[in-house]
Order: sequence, then C-alpha cells, then structure tokens
Amino acid sequence: MKDAFGSPQSLLVLGGTSEIALATARRLIARRTRTVWLAGRPSPALEDAAGRLRSLGAEVRTVPFDALDTGGHEEALGKVFAEGDIDVVLLAFGVLGDQERAEAEPAEAVRIAGTNYTGAVSAGLVCARSLRVQGHGSLVVLSSVAGERARRSNFVYGSSKAGLDAFAQGLGDALYGTGVHVMVVRPGFVRTKMTAGLAAAPLATTAEAVAEAVEAGLRRRSEVVWVPGVLRPVMALLRHMPQAIFRKLPV
Amino acid sequence: MASPTGPAGSRTTSITGWGRTSPTTARLLRPGSYGEAVAAVRTCGARGGIARGLGRAYGDAAQNAGGAVWDMTGLDRIRRVDAEAGVVECEAGVSLHRLMEVLLPLGWFVPVSPGTRYVTVGGAVGADIHGKNHHVAGSFTRHVRSFELLTADGAVRTVRPGTDLFDATAGGMGLTGVVLAAAVRLVPVQTSLMTVDTERAADLDDLLARLSATDHRYRYSVAWIDLLARGAATGRAVLTRGDHAPLDALPARARRAPLAFRPGHLPPAPRGLPEGLLGRRSVGLFNAFWYRRAPRRRTGELQRLSAFFHPLDGVPHWNRIYGRGGFVQYQFVVGHGQEETLRRVVERIAARGCPSFLAVLKRFGAGGSGWLSFPAAGWTLALDIPAGLPGLGAFLDELDEAVAAAGGRVYLAKDARLRPELVDVMYPRAPEFRELRGRLDPRGVFTSDLSRRLAL
Repeated sequence: MKDAFGSPQSLLVLGGTSEIALATARRLIARRTRTVWLAGRPSPALEDAAGRLRSLGAEVRTVPFDALDTGGHEEALGKVFAEGDIDVVLLAFGVLGDQERAEAEPAEAVRIAGTNYTGAVSAGLVCARSLRVQGHGSLVVLSSVAGERARRSNFVYGSSKAGLDAFAQGLGDALYGTGVHVMVVRPGFVRTKMTAGLAAAPLATTAEAVAEAVEAGLRRRSEVVWVPGVLRPVMALLRHMPQAIFRKLPV
Repeated sequence: MASPTGPAGSRTTSITGWGRTSPTTARLLRPGSYGEAVAAVRTCGARGGIARGLGRAYGDAAQNAGGAVWDMTGLDRIRRVDAEAGVVECEAGVSLHRLMEVLLPLGWFVPVSPGTRYVTVGGAVGADIHGKNHHVAGSFTRHVRSFELLTADGAVRTVRPGTDLFDATAGGMGLTGVVLAAAVRLVPVQTSLMTVDTERAADLDDLLARLSATDHRYRYSVAWIDLLARGAATGRAVLTRGDHAPLDALPARARRAPLAFRPGHLPPAPRGLPEGLLGRRSVGLFNAFWYRRAPRRRTGELQRLSAFFHPLDGVPHWNRIYGRGGFVQYQFVVGHGQEETLRRVVERIAARGCPSFLAVLKRFGAGGSGWLSFPAAGWTLALDIPAGLPGLGAFLDELDEAVAAAGGRVYLAKDARLRPELVDVMYPRAPEFRELRGRLDPRGVFTSDLSRRLAL
C-alpha cells in the first residue's frame, strides 16, 4: 500500500533498463519500496539493473517483457499481479529511433510507433485492469514534451509520444473514481544513454530530476508533471505558435 | 464517484480516513442486522472486508482497497440500560454522542471519551481508545464487560475479558472480526457540566513537573502544547484539568436541568480549501494568541461537557481545513523515565517549525491488556501536520526511530505512514496477534489497507 505521502511499497517497472525508471526506483527504495519488478527483454543489462537495486535493500525480480509482443503482455504482467498488489506501475519503455532511417524505411517507423504507442496501449490497459481490481495504485506514464508538438527533427518519435500522452490522459479519466491514479510525466530533453551523442536541447534535465518529480507527483497525486516545471508555460507557448514560425525555430 | 456494482445494497466508492490521505476504492455495504452482517462476511470475496464506524481513524485502518468495507452505523440499537448498575448494552454502530444523549439524563456518562464524540462503540473497542482520564481510568476496553464478535467462520462469539480473543480484539483494529455489540460499564455523574482548572506552563520542564505532581488530583487532564515556540519557551503549554461538576457546584438556575446535554454547532468547514492555509506563520500567530489568551491560573470554571471534551466536534468536517492534500496525525507514547526522548522530539518539532496547532500532551496511566493496544504508562504527544509539508515522511521516520529506541510506540488508529519493520519493535505482541489471526481467519477475510501496509 502507498502511505500518506504517496510512497509505494511495491513497484513494477515496464522498461526495466530505463535510466529514468531506475533513478525513480532508487529514490522510492530509499523511502518505502521493498518489492520491485523489472520487466524487460531478458539481458545482462536487466539483470545488472536488478542487482544494483537489490544492493539497496529491495527484493527485486525480473520478468521477461517485450513491448512489441503485445500478445504476451497479459501472461507476463498477469504473473506479476498474481504475486501481490502493485502500488505503482512505471511505464517507462520507449525508443527514440533514428528519424532519418525511419523516414527512409517505414518499417523502422512502425517499430518506433509500435514500441512507444501500441505496446504502451496494450501494457497500460493490462495493468489498468489489475489496478482496478486492487482498488488502488498509480500508473505513471513517461511521455515527453516531444509529444506536445511534433518537431521536424524527430516527428516519428514525437507522434508516438503524442499518441501515448493522449491515451494516458484518457485512461486517467476512465479510471477516475476507481481508486487508480494515472500520472503523465512530460520530461524535456533528458541526458541519458537514449540521447547520448545528441546536442542537449535548452532546459535539459537529468534522470534524477525526473525521478524527484515523479516522487513529488505521487505525493500530490498529480495528473500531469512537467520536468523541469518551467516547460509547462514554454510548451504552452510553442504549442500555439503558428506553423510557419514554429517551422523556422531551431528546435 | 460512486457506481452501483457488486452485491445488492453495496456501492463502489472512494474511501479515506479522517486525514484524507491515500484514497482507495471499496464496496461499501451497510448491514442493518446480524443476519446481514454474517452474510456480508461470508460473501466478501478474495480481498476481504473491514468494519468501519464514523471514519474518525486518521489513516487507512477502515479502508480496504478492492474489497469490502462494512459501514456498521446501521447496527445502532441501544438494547438495555441498567440504570442501577450503570451498564449499557448496545450494538457496535452506536456513537458515543448517542450514548451521551441517552445516558446523561439518567445520570451516567461513558467511561472513556476521546477528543470526539463521533466514534462508534465498535471503533472504540477496535482502537482501544483513550481519553483525558487515562491516568486514572485506563483505556476503553478496561470498561467493557463483554462484546459479541463476528468471526471469519460466520459465527458470533461472546468474548469476555481475560481471553486471548478479547486481548487481540482490544486495539486489534478490526482484524480479528466484526464487533457487533458490547456491554460497557458507565460512570455516574450528577450534572452535565465540568469544573475546570486552567493553568499555563512556561516550558516543557514546567509542564512535566506540574503534570507529574498534580495529575492524580484530577479525573481528567490534558495539556495543549505550543510546538512552534522555541528557545526558552520550548514546550510552553496550557493545562486544562477537571472533573464532573457536583450538583452543589451549579448556580441555582442550572440546577433545574443539571443533566441537560446541549452541544453547540458552528457551520461546517467549507470544501475545497487550498493547501498551505495552515503555514508556519498563521499557526505560529494562532499558537501565540492561544497561549496568551489562557489565564495564568483559573480554578473551578464551569464548562459544558462538549466544550471540555470535544471542542472540535463543534465544527463539522474540520478536517477540510488542511485542503485537498490532507494531514497526518502523529501520536506516540514513551514510558516514564524517557523524558529525554520526549524532550528531544519536542525540540526537533519546534526547530523544524512543523505547523501544528492541535498538539496535545498527556500523561498515561498503566496500559491495558490488548496486544495491539496503544496506551502505556508514560507520556503521549499527539500533533496534526499537513501531509504536503516537504520532507515530512523522512522526518517522522526519524522520530519513529527515537520513539522505538526508547521503547515507545505510535498509535495505529492514527497511523498512515509507519515503516512496517517497526511494528514488531513497537508492539512486541504483534507476532502473537498474527498467529491468532492465522488460526482464526486463515483466508484473511478481515483485511484493511492498514493490515496490508503494515503486514499485520
């Protein structure tokens, strides 16, 4: 169960090697979290992540999960919920992909969209159903400011996050009053391995900062969290900017 | 918010404790008879159920996410008042407020009353509540002659003091079964007024000395403490102590209806108040005013019962003043000889500037027999703090460590955030409690958010 400050005792991470997710897990383990499930494709990196969280004192288990294998989601995630209540599900998988390649090879674009959007729709709904039965819990969805307005430089990724973001908001409305809380997190440019080699955008942030914002959002039962917070007014401005001007911005 | 689902007569709804933190959803069912209560327990499903009274437990003790919550206020019959012996037999959903309405005109009063009249008899047993008279009267279950308990097998048992089931249920937070009825011994009174002595204590030392030296002279005793005062004034307080007024203490006019019970009411607190209304500054000003407003020393003042025992009951929904973020109440006890721990905790709260205007210090008498019963001989401090205060969780964890190291404990009826590992340290009989539950309720029919959170 979550305590009065929204600190969970159990956590399920979808995308178990995500740096943002692991930073969040570390933060939550420092409070109340004792049970962590890391769902992801079986790999040394996944086992390594589990080992590092274990050394912080949590009981950590891994579960094979592939965002693209939507047919297997029910079984993989059903197993986790069958073991006990999950207080927080952190939906953190996603790929940035290569925009140039995606434009040249539609199959690559489909892979990005399939992971970031279709996979998340499937996994999100599977988890939502179990959370609903529990009558409590939070589903934290890692969206992105990229979904707020598609940019020339990564619109395939951006459009998949836009879809995910809209899906998560709608799911939050659908679950209102069921005891389940959905929180959409919209970080800006985060310096992680996903963005390694890219020039940092203005207002770039870190996985730790996102983790801190997630923890604060759980405490406040927020529905949308921007990281950093100043992105909220900035993106409101960009969102309403005429296309002709937006196109020329160096973003 | 509510949607009609589940068995007939139940609705799915979002539930919190009095502190309004951690909402979860459950099927709320209001049994109106023993038969309905038995049926509710038998058909509660895999996530179990928990009895709920008037929702005054601050934390998650009367919530059960995804399962059933039984609103016991439908079982509210007063069966028998033995006006000779001073015993009332009533169903569990009867409130102390209702008991006072019925019993005061007969010259009887409830043996123990907490800071609110809006608790049920079932809740009073489940939390083994205490009041301002704990130092002389002990906690509620000491005055219970027997209760009827609906257990997981669907049987209704009569439980008497001196048995394991009694001691597991007294303070057992509803986890051994559903209390359906109880027989409670009463206290005779001549009037419905109180004679009250008020005095100020300049600091914590002064306060503890006054309480230690003179508490035994009063049936009821409590101190409001200013936790925002620092430096030499740390722990300054206002003591209010008293007893039921005898008939001859009343002025002639009041003697015509000496047992009248007329609690007043103010308008309810509005909904949707913003968080942060109760900041350090506003609460600091209030506390300074409240301290100076109290007389240095006044004796024999006549007060209404409701003003003396339940000042907050006059403001319905006062818990809304903390805004949508809600609040937590922190109440702990440490034994005599652990005054240093108490002092350190008070100093840390003062240094941190926790905006608490409802802080109460009391001297407990000997503890009861309940395995998870909270009161124990020593000092208890209770304070309300807005839940949104940054870093509050970690801060209270540190206080817990100090309390546990001193052999003390926190009150489960008020808890919403204790680290589960500390339960067995604070309540050494918790393993026995779990063992009895395992035997009596192997399927875990009686389950609450509190029992899940603390692995009770």
